Amino acid sequence: MNANLLEVERLGKRFGGFVALDGIDLTVAAGERVGLIGPNGSGKSTLVNCLCGTLGNYSGAVRFEGRDVAGLTAHQRTRLGMARSFQLPRPFPSMTVTDNVRVPLLYTVNARRGARLTGEEVAARAAELLTLVGLADKAGQFPRDLTQVEMRKLELARAMAAEPKLLIADEAMAGLSHSEVEDIVALLIRLNEGGITVILIEHIMRAVMTFSQRLVVLVSGKKIADGNPNEVIRDKEVERAYLGQ
Amino acid sequence: MRWGAFFLVALAVAALIFGCALAINNDYVFFAGYTVLQFIVLATAWNILGGYTGYVNFGSAAFFAIGAYSTVFFYKFYPMPIPALILIAAAVSGLIGLGTGYLTLRLRGAFFAIATLALAVVLQTLIVNWNYVGGSRGAYIIRPSSIDYIGSYVHYLFLIMLALAVIALTIAYAIEHSALGYGFATIRDDELAAEASGVPTLKLKLIATTLSGALMGMAGAPFPYYIGYLQPSSAFGLEYAVNSIAMPIIGGTVSWAGPLVGAILLGTLQQYVTVTISSSVNVLIVGVLLVAFVVVAPNGIIGLMTSIARRGRRERKPA
Repeated sequence: MNANLLEVERLGKRFGGFVALDGIDLTVAAGERVGLIGPNGSGKSTLVNCLCGTLGNYSGAVRFEGRDVAGLTAHQRTRLGMARSFQLPRPFPSMTVTDNVRVPLLYTVNARRGARLTGEEVAARAAELLTLVGLADKAGQFPRDLTQVEMRKLELARAMAAEPKLLIADEAMAGLSHSEVEDIVALLIRLNEGGITVILIEHIMRAVMTFSQRLVVLVSGKKIADGNPNEVIRDKEVERAYLGQ
Repeated sequence: MRWGAFFLVALAVAALIFGCALAINNDYVFFAGYTVLQFIVLATAWNILGGYTGYVNFGSAAFFAIGAYSTVFFYKFYPMPIPALILIAAAVSGLIGLGTGYLTLRLRGAFFAIATLALAVVLQTLIVNWNYVGGSRGAYIIRPSSIDYIGSYVHYLFLIMLALAVIALTIAYAIEHSALGYGFATIRDDELAAEASGVPTLKLKLIATTLSGALMGMAGAPFPYYIGYLQPSSAFGLEYAVNSIAMPIIGGTVSWAGPLVGAILLGTLQQYVTVTISSSVNVLIVGVLLVAFVVVAPNGIIGLMTSIARRGRRERKPA
């Protein structure tokens, strides 16, 4: 059995002549909390999109639980156990908060073998997830009635509803206030303690440093550092990328 | 309400309608009613793709015509009773729906709509040049004057279209109250997020195009018997494409009741205007109503009513 949940090998992605990702190697062990940082345009979101199948035609390999996921569509990867939240929340606007969470339960959990949930079970699971993220009292409302932080929580709840093994949170905290950031970090750590491997992509250093057990830095589509967060941020190259020389 | 219960209720309503029509005992009621019912089927079929998944189909007339022309084909090749012809039409237009979906569903928004419009043009050209089904001359279908058990053939056609309307509405209702309905709505809302939630968007879109196409074909299958003489320009008529879009939009696209309300309203109005003023005013009425509704009630009559009901509930509950 492979201890690494996710293995990324020499991953490359080009948009025309622009090299967005240039030979990224990355392994994530099961149960780990990994932070991923990098300046704007360094390829963080492209990496997420390649991992989750939103973007195809990349070079190199992505293995999830030892299985090469090349050619699998986004929904197939979600069903394997890779869930993501979007950088800008993308709720289903015509559905209530509960129904938003219900979708992955119907389409991911039910699609896995031997796990067809009854209507009541789906409703109970959805309520449970909303309680977990603290949206229980908003269950019947529509996404347009939510605040930014609630929208982020809905985004996470929906990702969690798919019962993932790996959760990729793409800038789940951008634009939130100090206490809201702490809220989300605490939530992510709680999810991790529940056995879910989490990759956190974030600009807010305080959040990343609290959260991460390991820190990966991307600059211009290349991985320039990977290791203990406290050592990584003192790394000369990382400093140069962020602060200039 | 389970869809089985819905089906029984719809069936009872249909029986009532047929009883009333028989009581009035005027052939015109059956003629006009047939057209309205046909539009209920077409509007409901359009809504499965256009309303639920948000893919606008401008080629409704093509699917309708496929149904009509498959009847013409079999009328000459191997005559069969109408219910059998309806099943064949469903299979043929469903398959064409599947094929069209497979070729065009990578397109979104206006591009998809234009692709379906192109489909209609291509198919019309094909039919015009296909001599066996009459080509541009058109084809005559001799309607028997009566049929066993029911009597008048017009009554029989009306009954068939009534049954199709019940089937179409039940399918729409069943979709809405199933996981499929949720899946369709996620496609309408945000396809990327839908995929990320595990929704197989391409597969669901193909289900929608196939179902929608099959139902439109079914609506078209009895048409040659109704009209007696079928020519390409009437089967591919602009009114089918326009009406099957306008009716759901005016009625409301998110629920099965929308196309039903829209089709009854617009269909009846058109029949009335055809008799009192002129049939060419029809298209004008559709246009004016469509613009009015897009401005005043973008969610249609059903949407307008639910928002009024919701506001009423909020006012009754003091803050």
